[in-house]
Amino acid sequence: MLLIRCPYCAAERPEVEFVYAGEAHIARPSDPSALTDEQWKNHLFIRTNPRGAHFERWRHLHGCGRFFNAVRDTVTDKFAMTYRAGLPRPTASEIKEARP
Amino acid sequence: MLQEHRHLEGRRIATQGPGVLRVERIEDCARFSLRVADGNIALASKAFGCDLPRTIGATSDSGARLALCLGPDEWQLLAPLDGRDAIEAKFAALYPKMPHSLVDVSHREVGIVVEGTGATLALRSACPLDLRDMAVATVTRTVFDKAQIILFREGENRFRIEVWQSFADHVWGILQAAGREIELGI
Repeated sequence: MLLIRCPYCAAERPEVEFVYAGEAHIARPSDPSALTDEQWKNHLFIRTNPRGAHFERWRHLHGCGRFFNAVRDTVTDKFAMTYRAGLPRPTASEIKEARP
Repeated sequence: MLQEHRHLEGRRIATQGPGVLRVERIEDCARFSLRVADGNIALASKAFGCDLPRTIGATSDSGARLALCLGPDEWQLLAPLDGRDAIEAKFAALYPKMPHSLVDVSHREVGIVVEGTGATLALRSACPLDLRDMAVATVTRTVFDKAQIILFREGENRFRIEVWQSFADHVWGILQAAGREIELGI
């Protein structure tokens, strides 16, 4: 079982306490009705689906209940780091430093 | 017609040998789920009559009142049943000054005590948490098999589980099976 670090509880907790919640850092357009159908479709459905580092949201559902962000490698399934929701996307060097 | 349904009443698991494992339902108490912002913790502490801990997982008690910190702005408050209305009234009076949410969840949950030298072993049968790392007097929300529980380590060999009534029989069944295995030494 994976151990995931919750940035709010500041502890490594078993994976079954968490739920995945999609890609992170997707800002909702401030005025959706001004968008074309094409732009709205892209906002709703088009995701980066990268090979390698993926920025994603997780929720510590059976714990503190908070959403947070994580950087996970989609090839190895290893978590590089987790950080609180609302913080900016970490830079490549920050991720490298945090990687265990 | 409303019917009161009380799970696990009068049931008990005890293995042979003194202090090995004892599992019992805890007497009913008043339970509240409190959500309040950082700046108002002092006010809320005063209203409850017990300092609310500020770190996740920390607990504090004062007399028979117990405050468990479950999240950044979430507490579970436990108190004797006769103090229920008084607590509610105190918080209600504070509402204009201190916006908060206080929900009475007394009926929703049932408390189970797991005690003895085999307590960690019994809990480990279905709880993915590393219990060796859990300090005494800390609390956490976690899962037990598939049921969400609140696990409070009251002492080195004493745990308290708070679980929803609807999951209580399931949790009890697993503890019973684990207790049987401990008794038979397998």
